[in-house]
Amino acid sequence: MSCCGAPTIETGSGYSVVSGTAEENELLASSHKIGENLIQSDFVVPDMHCVACIRSLEKTIGKLPFVSRVRANLSLKKVSVVWHQGSGNIIGIDRAISEAGFDHSVFDLSTDSEDANANSANKLLIALAVAGFAAVNIMLLSISVWSGADLETTKLFHLISGIIAVPAVFFSGQPFFRSALAALRGRRLNMDVPISLAVLLALGMSVYESMAGGRQAYFDAAVTLLFFLLIGRYLDNLMRDKARSAVVQLSRLAVKGAMTVGEDSSLTYIELDEIVPGMIVRVMPGDRVPVDGEVIKGQSDVDRSLVSGESVPLMVKCGHFVEAGILNLTGAIDICVQRDARHSFLGEVTRMMEAAEQGRGNYTRIADRMARIYAPAVHLLAALAFVGWMLYTKGDWHVSIYVAISVLIITCPCALGLAVPVVHVIAARRLFKQGIIIRDGSGFERLEEIDYIIFDKTGTLTSGIPQVEVSARSAGLFDDNAAAIAKTLAKHSSHPFSKSIAEFIKGSTSSDVTEIREVPGAGVEGRVSGNLTRLGRRQWVAQITDDNPRNVDPNSALSFALEGGNSVMFETSEEIRKDSFETIAELKTTGIDIEILSGDGMNPVKNIADRLTVSDFYHSQTPADKIARINQLKQQGKKVLMAGDGLNDSPALAAAHVSIAPANASDIARQAADFVFTRQSLSAVPFAINIAKRSGNLVRQNFTLAILYNAIAIPFAVAGYITPLIAAIAMSASSIVVVTNSMRLNLDPGNQKKSKTGLSSGDDDSLVSVATDISNMDTNTKGHWA
Amino acid sequence: MNSLLLLIPVALGLGLLGLVAFVWSLKNNQYDDLDGAAQRILDDDDGPATDS
Repeated sequence: MSCCGAPTIETGSGYSVVSGTAEENELLASSHKIGENLIQSDFVVPDMHCVACIRSLEKTIGKLPFVSRVRANLSLKKVSVVWHQGSGNIIGIDRAISEAGFDHSVFDLSTDSEDANANSANKLLIALAVAGFAAVNIMLLSISVWSGADLETTKLFHLISGIIAVPAVFFSGQPFFRSALAALRGRRLNMDVPISLAVLLALGMSVYESMAGGRQAYFDAAVTLLFFLLIGRYLDNLMRDKARSAVVQLSRLAVKGAMTVGEDSSLTYIELDEIVPGMIVRVMPGDRVPVDGEVIKGQSDVDRSLVSGESVPLMVKCGHFVEAGILNLTGAIDICVQRDARHSFLGEVTRMMEAAEQGRGNYTRIADRMARIYAPAVHLLAALAFVGWMLYTKGDWHVSIYVAISVLIITCPCALGLAVPVVHVIAARRLFKQGIIIRDGSGFERLEEIDYIIFDKTGTLTSGIPQVEVSARSAGLFDDNAAAIAKTLAKHSSHPFSKSIAEFIKGSTSSDVTEIREVPGAGVEGRVSGNLTRLGRRQWVAQITDDNPRNVDPNSALSFALEGGNSVMFETSEEIRKDSFETIAELKTTGIDIEILSGDGMNPVKNIADRLTVSDFYHSQTPADKIARINQLKQQGKKVLMAGDGLNDSPALAAAHVSIAPANASDIARQAADFVFTRQSLSAVPFAINIAKRSGNLVRQNFTLAILYNAIAIPFAVAGYITPLIAAIAMSASSIVVVTNSMRLNLDPGNQKKSKTGLSSGDDDSLVSVATDISNMDTNTKGHWA
Repeated sequence: MNSLLLLIPVALGLGLLGLVAFVWSLKNNQYDDLDGAAQRILDDDDGPATDS
């Protein structure tokens, strides 16, 4: 390799101009044109909390002359800016948000499907509104018919009902008809098939009856049915949407392109897809490495937590291999690209995850399993009723069809359609209050079944943030003055150790340190009244000291010193996540097996496992090893819950029966996990399991209630005693019973559980605190603890 | 009977009005930022945040 020229790359003033174009390209790539010269760009601003934030954002951005419209959305924590192309540039907006004091990232309008989701939610809501309008008005007319209107009025009312009902059913029923049609095409039966059949037949028969001047019409049944079912459908959609927007909020700007270094050492911005092996790419401090490659110039500390799960930074220099996705912390490096984006580490992991997710796609939700038995049974029953009445009445097809249709209407799974979504929405709300976000309702069903938990170590069982303490041997040397200098130095760097040191040194005022600069791969240095002072790697700091060997702590990697003085050694350790001991103990008592699967080395893993009294642990696991272990457990018939945070855990998260990730996990891990918990405490895991078990019970109770109601109503329907009035009452009653039963999940506060897992401290529910949690975890991620 | 001819259209018309109003507000993104709307009433400044 023709490498190792200058040890560091200049990051001086010349760069910022070029950086502007790279940034601009990236920002522009995620905006979209909405008119002639008008461009809309959306920014995610996680720290937006109140009206003051809205004001300052809208004012600061609105002041820019080329901005034509700006609107902050507090619910989505997003700012939409519409601006004139040509008279201004997007960097200005970006700067303005920073100026207003907000961390932000650009919201990618070009790839995100949120608009589509919002659209489908809105469509459902409109369908619901139309069905509600029709149901109320038809019910009004029906009540007068039932209370004994004369024949003329009945006919008129049926006519009006029909005029309202027919378009309403065809408009609002579309979600069901489409889904039923898709199921039939695939030669399957789902709940939507009997629903669509019942609604359409009821409507058809009522139209026929009103034309023929009969006294019985089921318009109200058809429309009310749709109304109730649409409520269930909308709730289902709403929950998924809520979770999705939370995840979108957290998503950070991924690498979309990189600066390549040309032969004349000019820098050019190119898209990620266009990077090919052999190119030279420059990675600035604070950026992620875009593709796999070898370092050929410069040296730096990198955060490899995405790859190994390990948060302690490594030093890289010429000849070292770096994987896509790792974060460059301190110095600029040039890398020679070895693999293109699709074959880089990130691409490989994504592929592994997709494969694993496909495996899980085979899971059938409980409602669909019910439908497989229920739908054929109902259709068979209606057919039998028809045949039976044909035989009994010796061929009176009018009566026979009438009975068969009333069987279909009365058995229409209205309560069944509500049984699952209502419970899941309430359960999701309860979890949300405890800072747990669920991504998909089926997560509850899968979580309920688990009997085995695999924990990742770093970032899951431990907080992932290194803890720093002054080593006992040098405690005497660390006086207030030294502390103040060390803190000033530490504040200058974004290295995790520096942050921990700055946090560890409490109370000290800042000291007068000049010429502070960060030396990549070594530490921070500065001058105090002319004397050199250093904070960083022990060997590097030792260059300026005159240490007494007795004071040297061989285990320590970090130290601080003034020129000519003694080094102050620091000890680093990992902090175990809050409530881990209680959580592990509690899970063990419920008969769930626990093991630790970590990418870290033997000693740290054993250390943590011993402290948490977990006997099964595996160390030095690659992502592929983790999947293999999960598949092995699967073959033994275990249902595995995977709890992990790193990118290296993501395939395992996707492969496991169900998965949970902390909020400071990497983006991809969060995407792969079914549950994301936003608070520090690990007690979120047993809490979620507990809620899932209870909601599973409620769902089964709801099914039992709905079927019980059918068991009572079907004999009447088969016997031909069902009138529209009875159908309406029975249907509403069963739905109300199911919804009320679901509400019990809210009533029972689960006190016992809370005190055990120490959740009481975090019980100041309200969405505000969750919002704070979310923004906190975002700042965490920003701080490179990912 | 005559009263019905008047009252039913009135009832349906009012209901329809409500439905149209709801669909209109939905299409105009009135429900996009409920949290923001709740906070914005605390804002003393009467002028719009930006002109145009």
